[in-house]
Amino acid sequence: MSSLLSAPSALREDALRRLKREMWARAVKLGLRSWVGWRRGFTSKADPQRSGRVTAEVIEHLERLALVDFGSLEAVARLEKAIAFADRLRAVDTDGVEPMESVLEDRCLYLRSDNVVEGNCAEELLQNAHRVVEEYFVAPPGMCSPKWLNRLSLSELRI
Amino acid sequence: MLGRTLREVSTALKQGHITPTELCQKCLSLIKKTKFLNAYITVSEEVALKQAEESEKRYKKGHSLGDLDGIPVAVKDNFSTSSIETTCASNMLKGYVPPYNATVVQKLLDKGAVLMGKTNLDEFAMGSGSTDGVFGPVKNPWSYSKQYREKRKQKAHGENEDSNWLITGGSSGGSAAAVAAFTCFAALGSDTGGSTRNPAAHCGVVGFKPSYGLVSRHGLIPLVNSMDVPGILTRCVDDAAIVLGMLAGHDPKDSTTIQDPVKPFTLPTSADVNKLCIGIPKEYLAPELSSEVRSFWSKAANLFESEGAKVIEVSLPHTSYSIVCYHVLCTSEVASNMARFDGLEYGHRCDINVSTEAMYAATRREGFNDVVRGRILSGNFFLLKENYENYFIKAQKVRRLIANDFVNVFNSGVDVLLTPTTLSEAVPYLEFIKEDNRTRSAQDDIFTQAVNMAGLPAVSVPVALSNQGLPIGLQFIGRAFCDQQLLKIAKWFEKQVQFPVIQLQELMDDCSSDFEIEKLSSVSLKQ
Repeated sequence: MSSLLSAPSALREDALRRLKREMWARAVKLGLRSWVGWRRGFTSKADPQRSGRVTAEVIEHLERLALVDFGSLEAVARLEKAIAFADRLRAVDTDGVEPMESVLEDRCLYLRSDNVVEGNCAEELLQNAHRVVEEYFVAPPGMCSPKWLNRLSLSELRI
Repeated sequence: MLGRTLREVSTALKQGHITPTELCQKCLSLIKKTKFLNAYITVSEEVALKQAEESEKRYKKGHSLGDLDGIPVAVKDNFSTSSIETTCASNMLKGYVPPYNATVVQKLLDKGAVLMGKTNLDEFAMGSGSTDGVFGPVKNPWSYSKQYREKRKQKAHGENEDSNWLITGGSSGGSAAAVAAFTCFAALGSDTGGSTRNPAAHCGVVGFKPSYGLVSRHGLIPLVNSMDVPGILTRCVDDAAIVLGMLAGHDPKDSTTIQDPVKPFTLPTSADVNKLCIGIPKEYLAPELSSEVRSFWSKAANLFESEGAKVIEVSLPHTSYSIVCYHVLCTSEVASNMARFDGLEYGHRCDINVSTEAMYAATRREGFNDVVRGRILSGNFFLLKENYENYFIKAQKVRRLIANDFVNVFNSGVDVLLTPTTLSEAVPYLEFIKEDNRTRSAQDDIFTQAVNMAGLPAVSVPVALSNQGLPIGLQFIGRAFCDQQLLKIAKWFEKQVQFPVIQLQELMDDCSSDFEIEKLSSVSLKQ
């Protein structure tokens, strides 16, 4: 640290920035330890029964999108079964069939007129939140670690 | 008094034979006695007594609000109720107090109904047993009935055979148990894949699913937006019709409710059965169907035929794919609907504060159980770009084929379809949990979910007791928005079968004056 303090200011700034990034990365890792740790262990114990649709890559991708973790091998197995179940749909001939989004597709959706008739209940709504400051919901800082930025761009490439 | 129908009690209230407060207190006391059923998550005692008091004032002045004034009702815990905790039986919403009432709840309260409490369910209404909520499973009142216990040759009721109690079915098991155990006269459930009709069949009550778009979903915590409907559970079809009359109609807050005016109706006692055409879908004759259910189904068909109705076999060719289609669409919509639970604005929030994503992930891990998480992950899988066309869009196409199957059948002159509701009678909990939630749902929803995909009205009517002394129900499926016609037929059928009243021994000894033993008519479907 003493060498840092005696270095010229530009270098010091740079070193401090690097240090901050490392601290963030460590904190992020700590927070995500349970996500990453068990999964690394899991992939090395590949189950020969599985169809292989749910690869480690897919798991990571799904966990990232859903913000819900699998948590166990059983959960992965369950997803495999669910996919196998859904695969039965392939047998149905749907040539020329339009997808159905709603059973009320032949009707016009009702829209209210754009007039404010209720609201003004900020206090009531804020009461249900755990962390509030004045009229704001308080969220932790967003993802700003370069490690996560890398992950994001990788998953975009996959798509 | 507690064993009477809604209409009878309403008349009693109007004539002053009983006051709303007395009625409310009787129900509250019975809720306490039946606490072991675990049907209620929250019992809103103070609120109920206050509402009963106000109802009493109205009756004294002669200004009753109608048939529901002063009537104890219960509401499934996935309907938002202002100032009353609404949990969806999940850690995610434990302690969540909504600032508003769901439209259907508001309508009930506006008509003077007395809210006894919020009933138990599977977590976020995902399941077919009411066994997967954080407040524990719901026990089927029939487990403690004289009819069941006699068949199991239990002589002393001091003998505790509680370890082999039966499930209620789900996911609206708490509502079904609450109605079956006489703690309220009507209960709201929700029906996405059969969640009202399944427990109704297992608990020997009427479970009605209205047409999609008839009843408002505003305030019903959504599972599958394109299939959810609020369901009604009562002890007879006429009561369900009364409640439907209060709830149906356009809601400006739910743009998926139709705007056609809904006329209030009373069901006639005669149904002109000889002018009816009843369809029996042949694909519903599943190999897993129990022989007893099949026998009652067949007898019911014969009953209609003997009264002059035309009973024909029809085909719904895509039936075998409907449960798969439902599974894909349900998990996909669930993945979307559960995304709102991030801990920021309401609900559970974890302690991690390192980053938004870490916080969201941990909150959702702590808040949701395995079933919910499993469905979210499955849904996200089907919605991935590389899978979207092959799974989600494909399922939507199959949905159209399934809906068209029904349209074709109804266009060919069929008025109503008659099918089983469940594969068998209620099973013991210990047996039910041997398979996981997804497998059970796929098995148990087989007769009920196609109706949700097509948006049609359907009702499960209790028919008779099985050899084990447990209720079996049959399902009627009607044309879209012909709910009144459907209920008319169901009411006629109910009168013919004269389903026996549950005999809850311990409770009867304590409040014998409250129950009236109904006379069984000569025509019945008893084996």
